[in-house]
Amino acid sequence: MRGASVDVKQDYQLASSVQDKAIAHVNLERYEEIGAVYYQQGGIDFFNLADGVSRQSYQLVLPENTRVTAFAKSMAMYGEMAYGLSNGQFQVIKTDYQISYPQDKRYLTPNILYPLGEAPIQLDENKSSISQMAIQQTANGIMVAATTADKRLLLGIFSSSTNIITGEATLAQEIFTLPPLPNEQVASKILLDETGQHLIVATDNSQIFLYKIINPASAQIQPPIVIEQGNITAVEFLVGTGSIIVGTDKGHLSQWFLVRDDNNVYALQPVREFKSLSGAITQIVPEYARRGFWALDNQQNVGIYFATSNRQLFEEKMPLAVDQIAVSPINGKALLLNHNLAVTVADVWNKHPEVSFSSLWEKVWYEGRQQPEYIWQASSGSDNFEAKMSFVPLSIGTLKAAFFAILFAVPLGVMGAIYTAYFMTPKLRGIVKPTIEIMAALPTVILGFLAGLWLAPFMENHLPAVFSILILLPVVMLVTGFIWSKFPTSIRTRIPEGWEATIVVLPLILCIYFCVTLSPLTEIWFFNGSMRQWFTDNGINYDQRNALVVGVIMGFAVIPTIFSIAEDAVFSVPRHLTQGSLALGATPWQTMVGVVLPTASPGIFSAVMMGFGRAVGETMIVLMATGNSPVVNFNIFEGMRTLSANIAVELPETAVESTHFRVLFLAALLLLALTFVVNTLAEIVRQSLRKKYSNL
Amino acid sequence: MKNLSKKQTSWWKSGLPWVWLNGGAVAVCMLMVLGLLGLIASRGFGHFWPADIMQTKVTEMDGSQQIIMGEVVRAETIPASVARDSGYEIPEEQLLVTRHLFKLGNRDVTGRDFVWYLENGMDEWTYPEDAIVIERREWGNFYGYPVAIREQDKVVAELLDENFWEEMQSRLERALMLHHQVEVIEKSRIGAINNAMEELRLERRRLELSGATAEVLSLADANISERRAALEAEYSVIKQERDDLLQQATRDKLVAKTADGKELVMSFDHLVRITPSNQLSLVEKTVSYFQYFWAFMTDEPREANTEGGIFPAIFGTVTMVIVMSIIVTPFGVLAAIYLREYAKQGVMLKIIRISVYNLAGVPSIVYGVFGLGFFVYTLGGNLDELFYAESLPSPTFGTPGLFWASLTLALLTLPIVIVSTEEGLSRIPSTIRQGSLALGATKSETLWKVVVPLATPAMMTGLILAIARAAGEVAPLMLVGVVKLAPSLPIDGVYPYLHLDQKIMHLGFHIYDVGFQSPNVEAARSLVYATSLVLVLLIIALNITAIRIRNNLREKYRSASD
Repeated sequence: MRGASVDVKQDYQLASSVQDKAIAHVNLERYEEIGAVYYQQGGIDFFNLADGVSRQSYQLVLPENTRVTAFAKSMAMYGEMAYGLSNGQFQVIKTDYQISYPQDKRYLTPNILYPLGEAPIQLDENKSSISQMAIQQTANGIMVAATTADKRLLLGIFSSSTNIITGEATLAQEIFTLPPLPNEQVASKILLDETGQHLIVATDNSQIFLYKIINPASAQIQPPIVIEQGNITAVEFLVGTGSIIVGTDKGHLSQWFLVRDDNNVYALQPVREFKSLSGAITQIVPEYARRGFWALDNQQNVGIYFATSNRQLFEEKMPLAVDQIAVSPINGKALLLNHNLAVTVADVWNKHPEVSFSSLWEKVWYEGRQQPEYIWQASSGSDNFEAKMSFVPLSIGTLKAAFFAILFAVPLGVMGAIYTAYFMTPKLRGIVKPTIEIMAALPTVILGFLAGLWLAPFMENHLPAVFSILILLPVVMLVTGFIWSKFPTSIRTRIPEGWEATIVVLPLILCIYFCVTLSPLTEIWFFNGSMRQWFTDNGINYDQRNALVVGVIMGFAVIPTIFSIAEDAVFSVPRHLTQGSLALGATPWQTMVGVVLPTASPGIFSAVMMGFGRAVGETMIVLMATGNSPVVNFNIFEGMRTLSANIAVELPETAVESTHFRVLFLAALLLLALTFVVNTLAEIVRQSLRKKYSNL
Repeated sequence: MKNLSKKQTSWWKSGLPWVWLNGGAVAVCMLMVLGLLGLIASRGFGHFWPADIMQTKVTEMDGSQQIIMGEVVRAETIPASVARDSGYEIPEEQLLVTRHLFKLGNRDVTGRDFVWYLENGMDEWTYPEDAIVIERREWGNFYGYPVAIREQDKVVAELLDENFWEEMQSRLERALMLHHQVEVIEKSRIGAINNAMEELRLERRRLELSGATAEVLSLADANISERRAALEAEYSVIKQERDDLLQQATRDKLVAKTADGKELVMSFDHLVRITPSNQLSLVEKTVSYFQYFWAFMTDEPREANTEGGIFPAIFGTVTMVIVMSIIVTPFGVLAAIYLREYAKQGVMLKIIRISVYNLAGVPSIVYGVFGLGFFVYTLGGNLDELFYAESLPSPTFGTPGLFWASLTLALLTLPIVIVSTEEGLSRIPSTIRQGSLALGATKSETLWKVVVPLATPAMMTGLILAIARAAGEVAPLMLVGVVKLAPSLPIDGVYPYLHLDQKIMHLGFHIYDVGFQSPNVEAARSLVYATSLVLVLLIIALNITAIRIRNNLREKYRSASD
């Protein structure tokens, strides 16, 4: 979780091919070999990043007596750049690097493409000069927006298609005039998003307007947002054009994006604020493929930020004046340039900025969400995807699974242990104990498979049976005991004390059998035919693979651990204590509660802890029986995704050394720490108990 | 009456109800264990029993009637309203309906091999004598009637012929034999040629990497291309041989028809087994049962693991466990001996003990993550750079494989071996030690000649428990070397015979994969039960052995210390 570092490697002076050295834009390509400077007046210089030697120069051909009056660029992945001209025309270019391998070495040749043709396109029929421009590649083609010198707002949609037969390129174009800004305000920056549905206009009096241009002919303006922390000096989209970063003359930086409210209306909302720079923000440079950005102020301060995790990774005052920054697509190098064309090339180390304590453990407001949330969704098919890595749903899932397992296992395990250790005859104990211990050796993959493919569908179809069994079993035990006490002594003496457990078996089996057979009838009588449907009707979500199934089966897996340790603890209570108690006239149960349990309670506690530790780390059962959906709730009828299952599912498929890979390792560490604490505690308690017994 | 109620209160007061509740808890635990084992056993063993082939007429949801043939899988009683909701017509007064799941097979004909039918509108079930079930290499089972056998499009036997059934079985055997021969050629001889080719490529690359001059390289190139040509020539001969066999295998065809009369022609080389289940007597069924069981244990899986046997999975599990034992035994035993016999008892030792106990409680998936991060990527990546540079960038040890899986499991089972060995050492009565020392033996002589041999059974117990644990562990293996379908076994006839870098199949992972990742869960279900049964039996047998050894040992020393 260290921040970023920027090491200056080279300084050199760039030789320029043009007269007017005003710079519009600087960028680097993905192999970090060539830098490109795009001048305001249409000149382009490509140079070696290593030494500044010029590789190639271009000059756009402008119509006579025109000047470039506006410059715009689309998202860096698309790479279109637009020059708006003083006669209301504009031209779009795109840089393409061709790779060849002469003598087995990579060689890049920059090349200028004209996606909309080489001839400038007339955007404004009135031939008024273009003062601000925006360009974006959308599903409908290339969209261009512009404000003119006479304060009109124009929107053009262009798509170029090539005729398959003639090879001729045709250009379809639609141009709309959008409603002007209210109160004669002047736009200082305009931006178009990737969906082609929103146009964002920042004005020079610190307001931001959102145009909805789904229907460009009837575009709507939303009420403006006023930025209160100074005048807007820079606005830029982050990758994916889902959110904008706004910088002001007071160095303030904030992130905004479209949030849907309860009435299904989208509006720009402030999401988070970043640590300010000291001077006025002059430039914001988004990173190529992640939601990070660089910011530059007029006091030569450079800051590196990451939006999702709200981190400032780097801030430093540069020795030279800096006017333009370019960051390579793989975030390995940065290029700083000033108006005298003095270049500084720096190596950048900026890995895994998306992870911070707050992004893992606190609610994060992700793009497109209504409010800050805990979400685990570590990957998706799209490049623009924002990884959502919150440990909260996974930790909650882990605890939920362990909680229900313990809830099921503790009564059975502990009570079983008490009976086996204290009331049962040694002969029976010799059978029962190994059997339950063999249970511990049963591979969890088999338990998981039974949970997922047998128990889950069975429970879904026999829900009433499940609940009636849970309620009726203790009742059956008590009733059996009571009836047994009413039996004539002659029968009762045939079965010696310590064999009660065997008597209960038959009634228990009968009870389970009746519950299952009567289950469909119960459903008809009480739940209109289907208990599951009844749950849904009453607003309770029911998943087939849910916490109940996991609780039962994982409880089953944990019982031997608890049983075995608790049994040891109860069994090793020194005999003279119990014999003393019995001799004083206490009943066996009174001895149990009054003498044995207080002595053995640390052992039983230790057993429960051990069981909990095992339940937390269990993988296969939860993997197969939970449905693995990372939800944040404690509903017993819904599934969960635990840390361990998450690792098992995602680790084999993630890219080695990626942030996701590292976060999964962190998850494993978390799991290790959790079980380590629990187990050490249990072990210490057990050791001190052993000492206590040997003293007695 | 008053007397009775007093008696009741006293029953409550005595605490006996609690005792009964506790007793009940034990009973529930036992019921659960036994019920679970029973469930696995009945489903697992049932997988191999040649089920009767049933034929009946059923009513579909839209009212149309249809003749079906297949095996009965299970039945279920559901409230009638549920069935009504899903579109069936059920008489008003009926509260419950029973539905049956049939395995109809014939996936190539109908596309639905498992179908639920309501008992309503179902005819009586019949078990036709002539019905057969055919296990095929593709498309799953076929249920129907045989009609005729053709040889090169000429009918040689018909159903009513006297020797029809013998003819059918003998032709099936011939096809199976041919298939086996083809397999041998493909696996060993063509495999050997492929290996030799790859070896040539690596040899060339190795020369390149060693910085050989252009002269040497061109010389080697000539040599290599010569050898390659020889291999290719050999290959074309073998391929011809194989194609001939394949040609022969397609000679015989079986004509069969489904229950509703559709005729189907199947080449014998696509069939595995033909069983006329309804004709078989109980003895024959038992024989067929064991044959099927044997085939299950020794065959390779088919149809994305949902059919066929589990031999590679068993083989992979056993190999992995053996490699693991070889690693874990010396480490565990020596560590235990050191802790018990040599180390100075103190705070340090106490911390080590607690750590060892703690190691046993670490979740297995964490070991998997450690194995992946440290063994596979760090150790493996470095090994590759040092020794297998010629095959980079394709990794040899820098990728999950048998060795790393074994090493990870060795780490996982280390505490088991340590604890059990230590326990064994501590149980050896001090009289024996003192006797040995009194007779003039040195400390090391006493240890290695008297104490350690006596503690061997304890070490065995530890090892067996470790093996049982390792055989059932799946989660870490998913990360460090187990795959759903390995192309070849980790031990074969090609040098160096034991391929530690190879990925393996594993019984536990097989269960997970077939049960949860396969396209046809219903078809795979009984196979998963059978696989589970094999695994459970293996593990229970290992555990019982360990418990026996431990108990014998206790008895032995109890008498020795007296």
